Amino acid sequence: MSLDTMILKMGEGFGKTCAIFFLTLLFSLPLGMLVALLRMSKIRVVSWITRFVISVLRGTPLMLQLLAVTYGPFYLFGLRVARNKLVPVVIAFAINYAAYFAEIYRGGIESMPVGQYEAAEVLGYSKTQTFMRIILPQVVKRILPSITNEVVTLVKDTSMAFTVAYQEMFTIGKQIANSQSSFIPFLVAGAFYYVFNLAVDFVMGRAEKAMSYYK
Amino acid sequence: MENLLEIKHIRKSFGGLEVLTDLNLSVRKNQVLSIIGPSGSGKSTLLRCATLLEKMDGGDLVYNGLYAARDENGRSVYAPPKTIREVRNMFGLVFQNFNLFPHYSVLKNVMEAPMLVQKRDKDEVKKEALDLLEQMGLRDKADAYPCQLSGGQQQRVSIARALAMNPKILFFDEPTSALDPELTGEILKVIRGLAEKKMTMVIVTHEMAFARDVSDYVVFMDGGVIVEEGDPKDVIDHPTRERTIQFLRRMREQ
Ligand SMILES: Nc1ncnc2c1ncn2[C@@H]1O[C@H](COP(=O)(O)OP(=O)(O)O)[C@@H](O)[C@H]1O
Ligand SMILES: [Mg+2]
Repeated sequence: MSLDTMILKMGEGFGKTCAIFFLTLLFSLPLGMLVALLRMSKIRVVSWITRFVISVLRGTPLMLQLLAVTYGPFYLFGLRVARNKLVPVVIAFAINYAAYFAEIYRGGIESMPVGQYEAAEVLGYSKTQTFMRIILPQVVKRILPSITNEVVTLVKDTSMAFTVAYQEMFTIGKQIANSQSSFIPFLVAGAFYYVFNLAVDFVMGRAEKAMSYYK
Repeated sequence: MENLLEIKHIRKSFGGLEVLTDLNLSVRKNQVLSIIGPSGSGKSTLLRCATLLEKMDGGDLVYNGLYAARDENGRSVYAPPKTIREVRNMFGLVFQNFNLFPHYSVLKNVMEAPMLVQKRDKDEVKKEALDLLEQMGLRDKADAYPCQLSGGQQQRVSIARALAMNPKILFFDEPTSALDPELTGEILKVIRGLAEKKMTMVIVTHEMAFARDVSDYVVFMDGGVIVEEGDPKDVIDHPTRERTIQFLRRMREQ
């Protein structure tokens, strides 16, 4: 197989890689905020349960979680395995990343000086107004470098979808490598991920710069 | 004379530590009241209770006849949210360390609350905000961000932010303590200007000369109680209580 064909075939899978990537961010970024708020809940039970769930999600392999979400329903309830594996893959990724984002959000929110809340309170801001206008924008700025780290990791983690044979780029590359007994597809995959992450760095760098007008 | 603020028999503890013990304080309209006393005497706690940042354990808190909290069988019971909002609209607070919103420009720091909380017209608020900044000598800093300003300038912005809400009474908790000594003068000058315009103010301060010259009434606190109070010239120049005498001597020695 020529290098061109190889790149073309893997490029087709790259669309699916991007689908995992963007859909995971779309769902996990807001879900993470919800989880963070539950984790900081004043109701002890809620906070404990959330803390436990987060620790399980962070303490077990993503690969295991992918298998569990994809095949769990079959083994547990005899349900058919989803034909389009994108659905279970994105569910597993979104939940896993939400756990990581939640801890980042929580760290950011807890690092905010209490004076910001108090100034807003004295001025008559409601709790929601204080959070949305005063706290959240500053938290986003503080946590952006940590978010970038996670996003970079996510780019590489998408390759784990091969464990459930979802036809994204790495899965295809692995198949070609096996059938052609060649190492080249892995190098091609590496180049794809590297370029993707250059783009991520560029975009996140822009975002950080856009928020650097204040300290 | 009507009392804008009345605090009656306030009690406040943190854990087992009683910080305010059966303390009474009233502030008349147009009065400038200074609170002095050693650190740890409960001055900030008193201000925080008055500005609803802290809940009192017992006692009444009354603004302009409106009860924010009423003592029932020795426990403070707070008014419903609607009343609390009304009360909150009557006062402003200037913090020791400014607490400006760093992600907002100077102008937005001053303008947002009147628009968002008081739902006032944007153009009108903007005009008033620019006037206030002019008064504070910061008209040219309207588009700057807090991090680009000196401590003294930041504190003047925070005073403008509080004034933009048109409070009936303004509290200051050691407004110059976080500033370099050479910057305290500009803040004291601004407060002096407000006093001349008959702004009702309660000022916690360690600046004795300022307290004597600017205020109509001074309260000396120690250990969660008022030890001595009255005309500033009497209390500061001719204190009668041993604790006041010692405190003022220590302040002079510094
Ligand atoms: N949130 C708090 N929790 C526990 N103790 C507090 C708290 N705030 C103040 N205190 C204690 O209350 C006392 C009075 O403090 P404060 O009102 O800040 O005094 P001042 O402003 O006169 O220096 C001090 O002993 C202080 O340690
Ligand atoms: Mg204090």
